[in-house]
Amino acid sequence: MIIAERKPVNEIVEMVRDAKRVLVLGCRGCVSVCSAGGEREVELLSSLIRLGKQKQGQKAEVIGATLVRQCDKEYVDEIDQWQGQYDAIVSMACGVGVNFIANLRPNDQVYPAVNTTSFGGSTEQGVWSEQCAGCGDCVLHLTGGLCPVARCAKSLMNGPCGGSVEGRCEIHQEVPCIWQFIHERLNRFERREDLERVAPIRDWRSAGHGGPRKTVRPDLTL
Amino acid sequence: MAFTPNIQVFCCHYTSQQALAEGREGLTADGFPPNANINRLVCGGKLKVSDLLAAFEQGADGVCVVGCRPDECHNLMGSQRAARRVLAVKKALEELEVEPERVAMFHLERGFHPEFVRVTQEMNEKVQQLGPSPFKGEQG
Repeated sequence: MIIAERKPVNEIVEMVRDAKRVLVLGCRGCVSVCSAGGEREVELLSSLIRLGKQKQGQKAEVIGATLVRQCDKEYVDEIDQWQGQYDAIVSMACGVGVNFIANLRPNDQVYPAVNTTSFGGSTEQGVWSEQCAGCGDCVLHLTGGLCPVARCAKSLMNGPCGGSVEGRCEIHQEVPCIWQFIHERLNRFERREDLERVAPIRDWRSAGHGGPRKTVRPDLTL
Repeated sequence: MAFTPNIQVFCCHYTSQQALAEGREGLTADGFPPNANINRLVCGGKLKVSDLLAAFEQGADGVCVVGCRPDECHNLMGSQRAARRVLAVKKALEELEVEPERVAMFHLERGFHPEFVRVTQEMNEKVQQLGPSPFKGEQG
């Protein structure tokens, strides 16, 4: 899922400095699972914006609400119910939600309340770690299901780099060397031939270097 | 004129039952600050970060949470959860550049009355030193 974390409150308060009425809009998708922008976080941020404004001697009306998702037009349309009740929207969805509101609402000011950080999973309660870089050309079938693009600090396709110490990445000591894991795992499955294969120079266009990516499923279009 | 802070006390039912049994008059006679208001919870674990922030929004100058000792919580983890939420509010206050000391967690033995009064007095004195809440700025 998409992982996000809330921006510092003062940064958000500064974004809405000219707004007297703010709609804080959460999302019940990924950001609610990683506790960054669901219903509970909307309640908190609404309170923090009011307090931040109060501290500056201003009064702000803050409406808190959540949509099922902010990455689908039909759900974004639900914003209509607050029409005329806000001067600015603070979206707690990932960057996709902010973009969707900006796309669909040409006259609405929309601001991001979170930093969208990665595609990850919960490794333990309250901890999320990046597992996938969404690069558009998956190599997991060659690497024992472990992603070198997302999980190797150098995104090496032919690893390891030789710099790891006791299985730890030389760049981030707290991170295990994913290439060591890949080797151990492929060895366990007696798939050493996959390790001996030299990966060709990669075409990164699918990773966004060729401009915004688009997925079309003709079978699903109307 | 001396500043009289608005102190909101959130307390666990089990920690405060003896104190609350005395009623307001009894508590005041024991030295419980008259400017402190008790908000009783079924358990510290019930406390939400937003409840504490709402107290500041509604004019509190200081907020204190009183719960059982971490290893003596009637509901096992409630008191520890309350402490974590107090820490989250401290962090939020720091983000807003407001003294984090305006919110505090106290772990007390269940029903131990003099300690309950003492921590509220302590909080009252601390907030008196800090002055009025910066959230009470003149509103335009």
